[in-house]
Amino acid sequence: MLLIQCPFCGPRPEIEFRYGSEAHISRPDDPSALDDNEWRAFLYEKSNPAGEHAERWQHAHGCRRYFNAIRNTVTDEFLTSYPAGSPRPTKGEGE
Amino acid sequence: MTAFSRLPTGGRINRRTVLRFSFDGRSMTGYAGDTLASALLANGVSLVGRSFKYHRPRGVVGAGVEEPNALVEIDRGEGRREPNVQATTVELYDGLVARSQNRWPSLRFDIGAVNGLGSKLIPAGFYYKTFMWPAWAWKKLYEPNVRRAAGLGRPPVSADPDRYDVQFSHCELLIIGGGPAGLAAALAASDQDKRIILCDEGSELGGSLLRDPSARIDGLAAGKWIDKVRSILASRPNVKILTRATGFRYGTYNMVDIAERVSDHRPPVAGPELRQRWHRVRAEQVILATGAHERPVLFGRNDLPGIMLASAAQTYVARYGVRLGRRAVVLTRDDSGYSAAVTLARSGLKVCICDLRSAAPSDLKREAVAIGINVLEATRPVRAKGKSRVRSIEVQLPDGTTHWLACDVVAMAGGWTPAIHLFSQARGKTRFEETIEAYLPANSLHGIACVGACRGDFGLGAALEQGFAAGRTGADQASTQPPPRCDHRDRAHDMRNVPIALGGTTSMAFVDYQNDVTTKDLRLAVREGFLSVEHFKRFTTTGMATDQGRTSNLNAMAVAGDAMGVTMGEVGITTFRPPYTPIPFGTLAGYNRGDTFVPSRRTPSHDWAVAHGAVFEDVGLWKRARYFPRNGEDMESAVRRECRATRATAGILDASTLGKIEVVGPDAAEFMNRMYVNAWSKLKVGSCRYGVLLREDGYVFDDGVVGRIADDRFHVTTTSGGAANVFNLMEDYLQTEWPYLDVWLTSTTEQWAVIAVQGPKARDILEPLVEGIDLSHKVFPHMSVREGMILGVPTRLFRVSFTGELGFEVNVPSSRGADIWNALIAEGERHGAVPYGTEAIHVLRAEKGFIIVGQETDGTVTPDDVGLSWAIGKAKPDFVGKRSLVRPDLVRTGRKQLVGLRPIGHDRVPDEGAQLISTGPASRPSSQGHVTSAYWSDAAGGPIALALLADGRARHGETIEVTTLGGPPTPWRIGEPVFFDPAGERVNA
Repeated sequence: MLLIQCPFCGPRPEIEFRYGSEAHISRPDDPSALDDNEWRAFLYEKSNPAGEHAERWQHAHGCRRYFNAIRNTVTDEFLTSYPAGSPRPTKGEGE
Repeated sequence: MTAFSRLPTGGRINRRTVLRFSFDGRSMTGYAGDTLASALLANGVSLVGRSFKYHRPRGVVGAGVEEPNALVEIDRGEGRREPNVQATTVELYDGLVARSQNRWPSLRFDIGAVNGLGSKLIPAGFYYKTFMWPAWAWKKLYEPNVRRAAGLGRPPVSADPDRYDVQFSHCELLIIGGGPAGLAAALAASDQDKRIILCDEGSELGGSLLRDPSARIDGLAAGKWIDKVRSILASRPNVKILTRATGFRYGTYNMVDIAERVSDHRPPVAGPELRQRWHRVRAEQVILATGAHERPVLFGRNDLPGIMLASAAQTYVARYGVRLGRRAVVLTRDDSGYSAAVTLARSGLKVCICDLRSAAPSDLKREAVAIGINVLEATRPVRAKGKSRVRSIEVQLPDGTTHWLACDVVAMAGGWTPAIHLFSQARGKTRFEETIEAYLPANSLHGIACVGACRGDFGLGAALEQGFAAGRTGADQASTQPPPRCDHRDRAHDMRNVPIALGGTTSMAFVDYQNDVTTKDLRLAVREGFLSVEHFKRFTTTGMATDQGRTSNLNAMAVAGDAMGVTMGEVGITTFRPPYTPIPFGTLAGYNRGDTFVPSRRTPSHDWAVAHGAVFEDVGLWKRARYFPRNGEDMESAVRRECRATRATAGILDASTLGKIEVVGPDAAEFMNRMYVNAWSKLKVGSCRYGVLLREDGYVFDDGVVGRIADDRFHVTTTSGGAANVFNLMEDYLQTEWPYLDVWLTSTTEQWAVIAVQGPKARDILEPLVEGIDLSHKVFPHMSVREGMILGVPTRLFRVSFTGELGFEVNVPSSRGADIWNALIAEGERHGAVPYGTEAIHVLRAEKGFIIVGQETDGTVTPDDVGLSWAIGKAKPDFVGKRSLVRPDLVRTGRKQLVGLRPIGHDRVPDEGAQLISTGPASRPSSQGHVTSAYWSDAAGGPIALALLADGRARHGETIEVTTLGGPPTPWRIGEPVFFDPAGERVNA
């Protein structure tokens, strides 16, 4: 079972969390300005890397806050987590 | 017989405590400290089971979890009968009842053994190849007969009465394995204040020391040293010792699952008792001291009873005081056979060592010869002879001549396989080490240390030294204690160039005892092209039995590698998967069984409904009354009566399961505008609106009535099943997309009890009970909400209808829900009202064409598809899903649209999910849609169905066929999805 660092509650077991897909994909301010391809990309295209992945988690059975985390999808290791809305940490930051 | 098979002294058994037990109905005795296997051997029982495929006679091979053969059924009474238990891991208790398996009519005379005579006819892949033709015969002829012959053991048939516990634990250091390495680690780490858990699968700590009477540590005999360490550890409050506790799974972030057998070693009690405890341990550091398992040697008929691992033979003599026989032949590929040989010889057996190496180490040979052991060097076993027990073994001397050696015990020291299962599960990489012909941990993992035999260092000195060092590191500070020392010099292992005696000439050299896989099967698999380890494993089933190939996997690789002409290391290794040893389902289920399988949610009227004979259904976690049968009614008549009464007078429904969310704040209306398709800004306080919520991809996600309680306060209802998802979605947008909106969300599902009163008499029923709310149509019209009191309880009273009748939904605090329900039922009865359940509400709403999200929709349905375009606030610049509604696929023609269906010339209610197909002789049937809801409707005078049909709205008036399972399709007329009161006048009464 993963141990996930909630930025607000500290390390907690995986069963307390809900996964929320890839992070740093903002909803466009004016969706109607996007053409079909751009909107499709927003809806469906995800980076799906083998390696470090910035993703959203919700501490559903805890503080209920959404936050972002960098997880290595190959090793399942969480490198860092940070509040939603803050920029993705560059390498070496965090921990 | 007992006297014959038990040594007069020695062992860690308590000879003062005699225990009675039975095996296949025969009564025997053993001692406290025995396992079932040791007690059987001490009673002269060498034949304990029949093999899986050939029904060959089999005896005890190992002395612990490595045992492949001695699987028995342990019968602890009703619901406590467990098959396929290793006799070597069952601790003897008074009254134990065990039975052999896989034999009929008896163990000694087994009809299935004829399979063994025909074993040339059942090679690897036999079942895949043989029963192919004719096709009809598989189901009627082959499968029933194969099923009768197959299988190992009988599954229990009644419910397990015992309890299983789950416990989450945390520690700084978890040590798995209580042998010398694990004990040394615990000793080193525990004099600080770190929390330490030490677990061992055995009944007592000690591991390999328990079979090694000659070992001395810190000047003490092994047994005395174990006792001393145990008492030191027990005196340290930061140490928790778990025995009979198997670390069976290694998860991410050092989460280790341990199954502790709490009461299996005691006589069963009458009532339920705690049987096992599942420890879920999160450790900062883990020390794996999991030891190693010995491997058999390969030769013809190496599966005869009396042939066992050398370490097991040593264990039975040294730990259990068993006299194993009269004459033993020890086959050894490394030095470890000598220790077993010496132990056997000292217990009074005549012993001959066949050392497969070209030369035996001179010191060991000298020692052995000195106590009368005959040592044959460069000597290989060929085959064994015997019926239900080995009688002699043929060996080949270096000069090529063969000789039969009489014996009743053969001890095999084929080499050691480090138990790297947990390391591998922890995603550690492994590497093949030629000198020991086995895989070892290849990399270091964060927070994990492997010590002793599980990292390929088989000597006692190395175990103590590595364990102590790892314990010190794990405790993160220098211990002041001296490390334990043994006066024993570790011996080097080098098995390169030692023949493995592949038994090439005989077919019955068993590699995997439990699945009856022979060297010949493996060679056949390679010949047929199964060259990958993953392929020949599955083709031959080697290593796929309940022992997961603990003793056989490496021998299988050696044989396959030999057949392929590659080295063992090049053959590769299969993945280690949890559990390490079989775990009862009960342990994994824990408390999740029976009433506590899942939490259940109950409505305020639950007790009333139970008392009034309601039939319940599960809706998510909710228990909802489905219908209320009277006088032995079946479901159909009860539902029809409830529907008729609701339309004629009134019906009362507990709708408390509705999801409720209070949306509050200065930006509440703006937030609602952005979430829902509807326009909310102009909704007046005291008014309600039917809201539709989409996902960003434009498909219907949820719906429900929303009431505006104040300018800055909305009472949002959701579907019963969607409540949590809607709340999550709202929180997601509010927290991450629009955190600047000044809005608070509160889930109030559990706070409000909701009682729907529906029907022409609804107002009359409420009138005498409600205070402070004018119920007249003029001031309290359909789709409005008022606050007031009902019987002294504050209420939010909604005038809404999911039935098409004049209707109210009474919201009161949940704590008062039962009182108000009772009062409404009592008042309702005076007017002829009835309680109705979920089945009736489904019919009533379908008569009106009201959709149920999840029934009419399936995650690919747009608002327009189900006729809800009218709800969309056209002037709004944006809302969740708006942009998607103009995606090409969502506006194309031919999308499935909601229609109503009426039967033509029949009165059959179709199946929900039935396909709509076009008619006519020319057209080939193809699906054009499906039935989403179908009921018998008295209000419509017959069957009704809602369906999604391609271009449905343009096809009103046409006919369509609806498929019937196992029958001809039925014709239906397409029309508006509304079957009753199409003008909608009744809600405005």
